[in-house]
Amino acid sequence: MSLFRSGAIAASFLLAPAVYAQAIATPAGILSGANAFNPAISLIMTGQYADLSEEPDGYRIGGFLAGGEHGHGFGPGERGFGLGRTELAISANIDPFFRGEAYITFDSHGGAEVEQGYVTTLALPSGLTARFGRYLSGIGYVNEQHEDFWDFVDAPLAYKALLGTQYRHDGVQLKWIAPTDLFIELGVEGGKGLGFPASEESVKNGFSSGAAYLHLGGDVGDSHSWRAGGAYLRTRADERENDNIDINDPDALVEFAFTGKSRVWVADFVWKWAPLGNPSVRNFIFQAEYIQRKESGELAYDDTAGSGALGALSDRFRASQSGWYAQAVYQFMPRWRAGVRYDRVDSGTVEYAAPVLADYEPERKTAMVDFSPSEFSRFRLQYARDESRPNLPDTQIYLQYIVSVGAHGAHRF
Amino acid sequence: MKKLMLIFAALVLSTVANAAPLRVFSCEPEWSALIAEIAGDRVNIYTATTGRQDVHKIQPRPSLMAAARRADLVVCTGADFEIGWLPVLLRQAGNPRIQPGSTGYIEAAMLVDRIDIPTRLDRAEGDLHPQGNPHVQLDARNIAPIARVLAERLGELDPGNRAFFEQRLADFSARWNEAIPRWEGRAAPLKGVPVIQHEMDFNYLTRWLGMPNVAMLEPKAGLPPTAAHLAGLLEQQKREPAKVIVRAPYQDARASNWLSERTQVPATALPTTIGGTSGAQDLFSLFDDAIDRLLSAVAD
Repeated sequence: MSLFRSGAIAASFLLAPAVYAQAIATPAGILSGANAFNPAISLIMTGQYADLSEEPDGYRIGGFLAGGEHGHGFGPGERGFGLGRTELAISANIDPFFRGEAYITFDSHGGAEVEQGYVTTLALPSGLTARFGRYLSGIGYVNEQHEDFWDFVDAPLAYKALLGTQYRHDGVQLKWIAPTDLFIELGVEGGKGLGFPASEESVKNGFSSGAAYLHLGGDVGDSHSWRAGGAYLRTRADERENDNIDINDPDALVEFAFTGKSRVWVADFVWKWAPLGNPSVRNFIFQAEYIQRKESGELAYDDTAGSGALGALSDRFRASQSGWYAQAVYQFMPRWRAGVRYDRVDSGTVEYAAPVLADYEPERKTAMVDFSPSEFSRFRLQYARDESRPNLPDTQIYLQYIVSVGAHGAHRF
Repeated sequence: MKKLMLIFAALVLSTVANAAPLRVFSCEPEWSALIAEIAGDRVNIYTATTGRQDVHKIQPRPSLMAAARRADLVVCTGADFEIGWLPVLLRQAGNPRIQPGSTGYIEAAMLVDRIDIPTRLDRAEGDLHPQGNPHVQLDARNIAPIARVLAERLGELDPGNRAFFEQRLADFSARWNEAIPRWEGRAAPLKGVPVIQHEMDFNYLTRWLGMPNVAMLEPKAGLPPTAAHLAGLLEQQKREPAKVIVRAPYQDARASNWLSERTQVPATALPTTIGGTSGAQDLFSLFDDAIDRLLSAVAD
């Protein structure tokens, strides 16, 4: 009985997730004083050396309304040495009902942003979890993944062209996991979209952006596991401003402002192999996603600051555009991984008063090798040939580091 | 959007009612086996990992999430052993029954005395466990106290079977307490035999059997063996030779084979849990097999 008692006490005080940071401050496990409730804190630091054959400021994705209101990580970054993002993550249980997590990112030029800051329920029954605040949308696979977990330095082209790199909501999310052996997760979310393909400013009261998604997953034997998903996202934009290369003059830029709605469909698939389910020595990951986006509304076009070929126009705009990528990453020995990725996006069909977007299918081929001295540090060498810009292939070479200090982060599937 | 919400609500409500045998989510096979000793087939046991997997490296796979969603009781080693995936499962599974601090959550390692609690917490020392070495199952003397807590907790969650659990606990404890002196007798020749381990997985076993640990193949906890470190061990072996090199079945065999070839010290894989080797079929044969493997390696 006494053992059970002490076990129960240990369970209630020592084992809360928040305690991990705690135990670091007091190795003996004695929790006392005002610091005893400190949250788990970790800091992720990244940086890179980049060798880019083309001017990064001129980066655009041909055939798309892309650029302008795009967020962090749209372009290839700066040439030469550069500090990447520094991310501070703080999390703890708030009370028996809620958990709070905040991810604050500092960019190398001094700006700070609450990249994510959300509250998640702990006590809802029946497989339900609700979340509110600012969060990465659950659509797709890479979208919800933190940048430092990516297998490559940058996001897939399809995400850059169609979803503004990573799509976030300020709003609410409700997820439900079915009581089945097969993993079935349904999610609905809505609120205000933060940036492309929504516009930065709120359009109206209520929900201006909403998404629903379904994830399925499971194991095949001891060595294989998989997850597949489908998602639908609907956003509104009000004078969403972009620029792109003028198709009548490759040295000039034109301005776009789009007002209307965007509908996005995402299909994603991940398959992982580890011999007998033990990834320490060797493992393999295959992942692919397909994204389709339809936009309809009004588009304002202005080339008066550049070539002036068409002047300023405003007319009905309809577009159906898509993109996909597939990638494979192999850990061939402890600490060493190699990976390849192929990206392709398609400018699709565009209906407008005059041809203003290039009919183009950008593609990119990427290869990388990374070395992780420990679970908390990683160095990556990446080579890419990026044909986002028509007739201007960019050869991009990166040497990147990612390190984490503080609380042990969670793994991710 | 409204239609979607309605479908969502209907799906959720359709699954609220349930009344079936207790579902136990066990992180490691040794706890599954211990629960089976106590509860027989009156509970439903899901085991998250196998004896061939490095538990520390597991990811929160969809299959694990689906199992955690339905569990009434989670039994894990704890002490940060599953820190990379268990907290994620607990937070995302939408299951308040198994949250830390609730009746449906047990960390076995926290129920017994732990060794190797670091005095200096610094990641420069590798991937340390602030709460001590989690591999408590390899000291047979730790099993019965944990079994008692498991039986009480199972009885609390399923009062109808409380007497059944207690009777089986008494039966198991009696058999277990008989087995301990038998193992200690068999392992007597191992006392004082110096051992090299891959990492710190067997510290409870070597402490129990009185085998001094002279070196580790990993330079620091969680860092794979390096050529320089192994070369240093080779030198050290000339001065104070070990009699056996042990590793877990999920650890890369190359380092122990390399050192074994050059020093003629036998290398062997020992089960850390059930299923780690073909001989380790249940809790009793786990210790039989581990001790037999050590004895035969040392006898060679």
